[in-house]
Amino acid sequence: MANLRPLLRRSEFDLAHDSLRDLNLYLHKQAAQDGVSQIEVKNPDGAHSIACGLDADLDVQIHGHVGYYVAGMNKHASVTVHGNAGPGAAENMMSGRVHVRGFASTAAGASAHGGLLIIDGDASLRCGISLKGADIVVGGSVGSFSAFMAQAGRIVICGDAEDALGDSLYEAVIYVRGKVRSLGADARFEPMADADRAALKALLAQSGLAHDPAEFRRVASAKSLYHWHADADQEY
Amino acid sequence: MTGPQLEESAGFDRSTIDYIQRAAATGLYEIRGLGAKRRVPNFDDLLFLAASLSRYPLEGYRERCVTKTLLGTRFATRPIELAIPITVAGMSFGALSARVKDALGRAATEVGTSTTTGDGGMTAEERASSKTLIYQCLPSRYGFDPDDVRRADAIEIVIGQGAKPGGGGMLLGQKVNPRVARMRTLPEGVDQRSASRHPDWTGPDDLVIKIKELREITDWEKPIYVKVGATRVFNDVKLAVHAGADVIVVDGMQGGTAATQTVFIEHVGIPTLAALRQAVDALDDLNMRGTVQLVISGGIRSGADVAKAHAMGADAVAIGQGVLVALGCNSDSYIADGQHVSALEDYAKLGTAPGFCHHCHTGKCPVGVTTQDAALELRLDPAVGAKRLKNYFKTVNMELTTIARACGKQDVHHLEKEDLVALTVEAAAMAGVPLAGTSWIPGRPG
Repeated sequence: MANLRPLLRRSEFDLAHDSLRDLNLYLHKQAAQDGVSQIEVKNPDGAHSIACGLDADLDVQIHGHVGYYVAGMNKHASVTVHGNAGPGAAENMMSGRVHVRGFASTAAGASAHGGLLIIDGDASLRCGISLKGADIVVGGSVGSFSAFMAQAGRIVICGDAEDALGDSLYEAVIYVRGKVRSLGADARFEPMADADRAALKALLAQSGLAHDPAEFRRVASAKSLYHWHADADQEY
Repeated sequence: MTGPQLEESAGFDRSTIDYIQRAAATGLYEIRGLGAKRRVPNFDDLLFLAASLSRYPLEGYRERCVTKTLLGTRFATRPIELAIPITVAGMSFGALSARVKDALGRAATEVGTSTTTGDGGMTAEERASSKTLIYQCLPSRYGFDPDDVRRADAIEIVIGQGAKPGGGGMLLGQKVNPRVARMRTLPEGVDQRSASRHPDWTGPDDLVIKIKELREITDWEKPIYVKVGATRVFNDVKLAVHAGADVIVVDGMQGGTAATQTVFIEHVGIPTLAALRQAVDALDDLNMRGTVQLVISGGIRSGADVAKAHAMGADAVAIGQGVLVALGCNSDSYIADGQHVSALEDYAKLGTAPGFCHHCHTGKCPVGVTTQDAALELRLDPAVGAKRLKNYFKTVNMELTTIARACGKQDVHHLEKEDLVALTVEAAAMAGVPLAGTSWIPGRPG
């Protein structure tokens, strides 16, 4: 199925006519060689896996809504979705920047190790699940079980959080501005330190948001589940 | 003179009493390594009907018997080609030391087969030593790195494991040393939990899309395996085929683990024998035999097991515990500077003995196989381990081809169900082969 046809130098793909395979193959194997750094993608029409597996300093602008796994496993690239994103946006991202101008569905930024994911609107369930070092900034609210088992990295929630925020957290830190319906197992509110305010200010600035860090609360792990013990039988 | 008559209860025997009293004392269930210890119907319950008047055998050592195996021919442009159909099952760095992973890679490369990563990611040592390396994509995504996806020869999406289907995993803190912690992005020494569900997809329809993402990232070059723990195998295999798998790995309940609750190991999942038949039935039902390859694992030990698995319809097998035993697991000694050194004292410290040990979870493996301890891991020299594993795989392969030739097969993949009979009614029903000396297959008309 691999398309081995030579691809012409291009800076625009229209998925109404071009195939996803051609687009991704070009982004993986040829764009950097051609010296093309900015690629426009039109008519994504909810296609899955657009611009996944990138490993170069590219700027991909996607004009419309996308399906699952946009910019999945991204390294180095900057990917902007001018629309909404389906599940798993920027999943397992290692570095770079992914910006969803609209809303994001479930598991945005799942297991991402590095880079910055910005979601201007709301993010659905399990935002930042298994996060491993990336930063996520959500302009709106997040669904239940966000930051579930998040190990490292930071999640900024400018709106509200639904149930079980930060369930089974390890070392990741959550900054939340709005209401929290409930915290998950082993998650707790902690006082904001100067380092938190400074980090939050920088993340908000990188995301083009002007909220006051003083409006946020910090959620982190109480670490009571770090070691298996008899009195926490329902928590494991 | 005779002593008092002592009568042990069948329901509350000494083992059960010990279990209850331990639970009462600690409030914790037991966690241990390796696989099920209870007896379940298995490949020992099958026998071959070799050639006779109605079949023509091949000469035992002289006539060619092909073992070459192709996996991942459905969609991938670069399928896996193996010299033998016996592979190394997925086992994690964390459960095993980097030296052991290195040994597995060396041996697999020498005999022309594949090895597989596990939870915790790909080590540089195993990539360097393994000509053909299968990279697991697990629910935890510990250490999961797109560079390793690109470096791998195939990707294996792990849904479950035979020892603990539906149970996720755990690596107790004593094995989470600085390197393991760094690879998994976890605090050193934490009792680490591996998730039971993938973070970014739920259900078979999502899996279709996840597989396509992996294909896009790998430019459709690498085979995608899907591994399931044996439970509802018939349905799971059909769904994995639907999802677009090139290869399906089915891991029966005898499969091993580095650390899991005993209650899981002994009471969840179905035997490999039953799982294999259901998997083959599912592929037959979809007319996908030969298009989607089937790898079976879970308690495979010998060439006889491998031959029986092939006769039932497997394209290859994966071996985990057998591989560890070949390296020295449960030996009474380890090899240092060419000399056998007794490990009995270290077994005793763990409250066990060679032949009984399942203490992988402690990280204190007396023979240096399942440990992250800097001193203990030196007890396994990768070169020695690789040599032993190579010998084991060669032996298993010779046994396999010996049986295949006796059944008149020029290719081990030509072994077929008609070559088998069962010793017990249970095995006949599970494997779908006749009870020996009859034409009766329980549950089948006629």
